Amino acid sequence: MDQGARHVTTTFAFLGQFGDAFEFIFKGQTTREGTEVGGSQFLELTWEHLKLTFAAMAVACAIAVPLGLWLGHMRKGGFLAISVSNVGRAVPSLALIALFVAFLGTGFANVTLALVLLAVPPILTNAYVAVTQVDPDTVDAAQGMGMTGPEVVRKVELPLALPLIFGGIKTSMVNVIATATIAPLAGINTLGDPIINVSGYGDTGRLAAAICVAALAVFTELALGTVQRAVTPEGLKLSTDSASRRMRLRFGREATT
Amino acid sequence: MLDLLAQVELRDRSGEGASCVADDGLCPDWIVDNFDRYTDPLLQHVVLTVVSLAIGFSISFGMALLAHRRRWLVAPITQVTGILYTLPSLAVFFLLLPLTGRGNTTAIIALVSYSLLIIFRNVMAGLDNVPEETKDAGRGMGLTDRQLLWRVELPLALPEILAGLRIAATTTVGLATLAFFAGAGGLGEQIFSDIVFKSNVVTAGGLAVLLAVVLDALILLLQRAVTPWTRARAT
Repeated sequence: MDQGARHVTTTFAFLGQFGDAFEFIFKGQTTREGTEVGGSQFLELTWEHLKLTFAAMAVACAIAVPLGLWLGHMRKGGFLAISVSNVGRAVPSLALIALFVAFLGTGFANVTLALVLLAVPPILTNAYVAVTQVDPDTVDAAQGMGMTGPEVVRKVELPLALPLIFGGIKTSMVNVIATATIAPLAGINTLGDPIINVSGYGDTGRLAAAICVAALAVFTELALGTVQRAVTPEGLKLSTDSASRRMRLRFGREATT
Repeated sequence: MLDLLAQVELRDRSGEGASCVADDGLCPDWIVDNFDRYTDPLLQHVVLTVVSLAIGFSISFGMALLAHRRRWLVAPITQVTGILYTLPSLAVFFLLLPLTGRGNTTAIIALVSYSLLIIFRNVMAGLDNVPEETKDAGRGMGLTDRQLLWRVELPLALPEILAGLRIAATTTVGLATLAFFAGAGGLGEQIFSDIVFKSNVVTAGGLAVLLAVVLDALILLLQRAVTPWTRARAT
């Protein structure tokens, strides 16, 4: 606390406890035990946080996007694709992580797997809905031009489905970043470490970590939103409003762009 | 983590099935014998969820009614609630601590802020989805704007409004498991108190899932009860 108080006098004093927290993020401090916390150590935590997030998202996308596209293309398994996200929403992320710790133990691979389970449903549902929403006349026209099934998926359905798929990826990634905060429970030191192991950091460190996690989530949302707009085919942009509304009406939150 | 865990001694390792408990196993006997320790956290969880949903619904519903007549409000409300929705609730608990302190208030503010976008968007979608001809017919019958809203538009929007409430309900139950970080207790506190003990994790986690499913089913039943015409159309 003394350490924090000394720093405050420099720049962020007017922000009170939040000012202390910003000091903590940018300058760090030394604990009574002599370990460096905050500052560059926060970069390491952030890196671990991102590694975990990207690992989980990569696996989740590799599973959910092809599966969603395929189910949507075949117009099969709609019930599965929709209800998987309803069930997923009902399982609290803390319970999910705890179940993995209790049954499989701690470690990077186990936490990644838990986060994959969390990330798959929104992507799968969105990919499925996106493909089923492609105008049947467009698919007809593509087939009439002599395209094979896989070609229709790759050249017609996928491009038209991309905005909604990215909507799902965005939802999942923000959720995974939020949940990676409790990964220290499973032995992975993400930005949640100062929140869960507060004794090593103090209240200031915990607040600092909360600010970092919040900033990371908002940044991800904005960045993926930009990507989402960039991958939206020009022709779709004109009709996005009515289309996204129709999807939202039928499938709830996950199906919005 | 370890020093936090040490503060809470959940397990009573004596008695029947002691070896199962000592092995962190999944022990039906232990769960039955110790079920009473989950009732208080469950009640806290229910209160947190229901209070947050009620407040969240009132605010979003009010905002949606405002934005329904003043369309320019839709974009700013969506953006602000969108940011609130994006902020991880765990972070929000700690961002609020310096302002509102530990306890239910902090937890409820965070849970409410998360539910706003979901409900607002669904109420708007429901109202926007009312066919223009239906509204015209209402106006032709001499309904004022206010009468049109309460007698025509809102009843027709009910299925979507309640669909939004269902999504918000299940999500809130899940997030409320983190409310103990803000000092508000709940089932999450039980999970966290002994995270390697399978019986404990399964019982507390299972109760949370059960609560989500029950709330979801209750709102669905409510929806069936207040919109009898949707059933008539389906058959």
